[in-house]
Amino acid sequence: MALSIWAISAALLFLNTATASDPQAASIVQPGAPGESSKTLSPAAAVIPPRTPAEPDISFMQGMIMHHSQAVEMVDLLRTRSRNKKLQALGKRITISQSDEIKYMKQWLEDRGQPAAMSHSQSGSHHMDHSAMGGMKGMDMGSMGLMPGMLTPEQMQALAKASGPAFDHLFLTGMIQHHGGALIMVQDLFDTPGAGQDNVLFDFATDIDNTQTAEIRIMQGMLKEEKK
Amino acid sequence: MIAEKTSRLLRGAVSIAIALSAFFPVLSNGQNTPLVLSNPRAPATDPRVGLKPGLYDAGEAAFGMERLGSLPKPPGFAPGNVVGAPPPPPPPAPGESQPPGPPSNQYGSTNSDLAFSGNHLFVGNYNGINFYDIDNPMKIKLRTSLICPGGQGDVSVYGHLLFMSAEAVNGRIDCGTQGIPLPPGYVPPPPPPAPAPTKDGAQPARVRRPPPPPSPDRFRGVRIFDISDLSNPKQVAAVQSCRGSHTHTLVIDPKDKENVYIYISGTGAVRQAEELADCSGGEPETNPNTALFRIDIIKVPLAHPELAKIVSSPRIFTDAQTGAINGLWKGGNHGEGTQTTSVTNMCHDITVYSAMGLAAGACSGNGILLDISNPVNPVRIDAVSDPNYAFWHSANFNNAGTKVLFTDEWGGGGQPRCRATDPMNWGADAIFTLSNRKLTLSSYYKMPAAQTEFENCVAHNGSLVPIPGRDIEVQAWYQGGISVVDFTDAAHPMEIAYFDRGPVDGTKRAMGGQWSTYWYNGYIYGSEIARGVDVFKLVPNKFITQNEIDAANQVHFDELNVQNQPKITWPANFMVARAYIDQLTRSNAVAPKQIAALNASIARVEASPSDRKEVAQLKALGVSLDKDAAKAKTPADAERMRALAAIISRNPPEFFP
Repeated sequence: MALSIWAISAALLFLNTATASDPQAASIVQPGAPGESSKTLSPAAAVIPPRTPAEPDISFMQGMIMHHSQAVEMVDLLRTRSRNKKLQALGKRITISQSDEIKYMKQWLEDRGQPAAMSHSQSGSHHMDHSAMGGMKGMDMGSMGLMPGMLTPEQMQALAKASGPAFDHLFLTGMIQHHGGALIMVQDLFDTPGAGQDNVLFDFATDIDNTQTAEIRIMQGMLKEEKK
Repeated sequence: MIAEKTSRLLRGAVSIAIALSAFFPVLSNGQNTPLVLSNPRAPATDPRVGLKPGLYDAGEAAFGMERLGSLPKPPGFAPGNVVGAPPPPPPPAPGESQPPGPPSNQYGSTNSDLAFSGNHLFVGNYNGINFYDIDNPMKIKLRTSLICPGGQGDVSVYGHLLFMSAEAVNGRIDCGTQGIPLPPGYVPPPPPPAPAPTKDGAQPARVRRPPPPPSPDRFRGVRIFDISDLSNPKQVAAVQSCRGSHTHTLVIDPKDKENVYIYISGTGAVRQAEELADCSGGEPETNPNTALFRIDIIKVPLAHPELAKIVSSPRIFTDAQTGAINGLWKGGNHGEGTQTTSVTNMCHDITVYSAMGLAAGACSGNGILLDISNPVNPVRIDAVSDPNYAFWHSANFNNAGTKVLFTDEWGGGGQPRCRATDPMNWGADAIFTLSNRKLTLSSYYKMPAAQTEFENCVAHNGSLVPIPGRDIEVQAWYQGGISVVDFTDAAHPMEIAYFDRGPVDGTKRAMGGQWSTYWYNGYIYGSEIARGVDVFKLVPNKFITQNEIDAANQVHFDELNVQNQPKITWPANFMVARAYIDQLTRSNAVAPKQIAALNASIARVEASPSDRKEVAQLKALGVSLDKDAAKAKTPADAERMRALAAIISRNPPEFFP
């Protein structure tokens, strides 16, 4: 008799645990620091709260759009000024990467409800202005001045006037300077308190670093060949 | 002064010559050097072109692959800010500007790499790791969600230890999701004034911004979890590193049973010494102790994983002649307006092949080959570069160790680089032959179907599919889907199967697609960045037979970390024999009459394995096949004939699976 009561209560206990914790449901665990115990979270508690984008992240993206736009202008000049096939191929690579990244940054800003340009007086289409100097002068860059590495109006003018091998040389040195500026901007971003905590932006900034570094490498190789 | 300049120039010229000869074994821009082929782009009629967009209801195209099931990402990883939240509000009317608000979490946090152990699949994510039970691959189940942000969540598993990479600046030692807030009352120092541009346009001297305050809570490096209880993983160690861990590679030393090793590939910004002792960045000329130009190696004592620590940081880019630690692709200064850049200062990912004592490193500007006989002191034995390559991303050996397939992640994975206008040799695989410990470029391979401008697409992670007699990789191409490539002939890689979905979003760019697709014990698992986990199997088509699939499915791994590449061996049985026979039929290496004789003889031995006469006849066929191998048209066919001959010349009990 006693035995059967035990059996019944054991069965009840089993039923209880089965209903209390659905064996189908996965556990959500948040470990603690090494040596600490882990916490179990409810599905609602596991959800990542939305985060307002950090100010330096926004201005990094806006600044980089402006920065990249100049590279596109420079390659536009390259199309008619240079007969160097390798340089044309490089120009294609730069245009693809800079234009893609501009679109990416605009999308990032739009997804976060932010304007693509830094200043309200910006139309956001200044990069379409092929008369580089006019475009630069007309730009309101506030207190920012040129983004690091961007060619000065004088440099852009010199580039626009050159052609042939002289253009090629100015293009290479100018673009290396330009790309070097992007590396500085990325470094500045990560040197800024509270910046770069958005995962998408972290990846993107790291990719900019990689892409520009790779292109600098190609351009340095071409400069070396030029010297031969 | 002049003399000094000349000698510097001379030195420069010499080092350039060395660099060019050592690292440009093959130039492949097609202008002044032998042409290296890429596979052609697929025609616009390819079923992958024009697929319907959608997150969970996109159009699909498959060839030689079948999708068996999928699971969306769970709470904490899934799209949407709140569990069970209503869909986001409709976009604003035209002309109306979008109100500023919190970032959308439309596609959740990014799924990343995969690791396997027994009947468990571990899916890395920027926000943690999900554990799945895969006893029944047709119906996989979520077992545990481990929440621990830090990106990118590269995973490896060894026994009861689970390893995870963290590189982002919001990662915390305690796995907290709040990021690293600034200390209360913190006032950032003003940024240095922008220097005025110099007259000649040269870069003005730059004053670096004062760094942000250090945080004792921040974690960037490799975390180690104890998963003895799969439902309650615990963090046992968190090994910090100067650049964090973008990826890592589990290394097992066959001679060392007490420890395992982890190679850290860190690509992020270098931390300041105030946050992590002995960390400093900069170029080696000004800082010989820079955390650039090295990898870090963790030793993990298996009995005491909590004591895991970095035991060496080898300078694997050192120039053997000059001793300069930035010996690969040292840019140098090229006159006014340029700056010194040393570009290969990190590895992005390393694949070790312990069976051969080798590792292949995909190290930003170079592909490198390492001798890892001493795992804490890897030694570089070759390095290659390529003008078509933007970013060396990952590597796989073929099983024989005679080829290496590198990938170029041009654009970093977030960009659409498979459009009809993107060159087929950019953002592609580069297939190298490996002979006498030297790498030689043979061809490029790129997933051939043109994708839209809304689909991020470039070469990404894959693993070998163990079909005997062929080198086959199943590879992820982000939103370009999955492409299965046969690179048995290193100079002519070809696609033999694929799977693709339409864009995640058909109106704008959205990050998604396959991050990693790996073969594990008969199935192919894919970590879809936005959509979750997919399970596939291969199905026969004109390039793959059921016999080949069956032969592959005899291979069994107890554990799989693809970057710790296992050596595959096949049983010497009829299933494998039939795979070889199919291959020899396909390539016309053996006459149809002889194929028929082989098939008939195998069938007779199968029917009566104890019939000595039949067994002897089959053996005789094997002997003649072995002889014919010397006359085979290709090395691959010769190998297949010898391998087939070896199987059928054996004794009956081994014939059967």
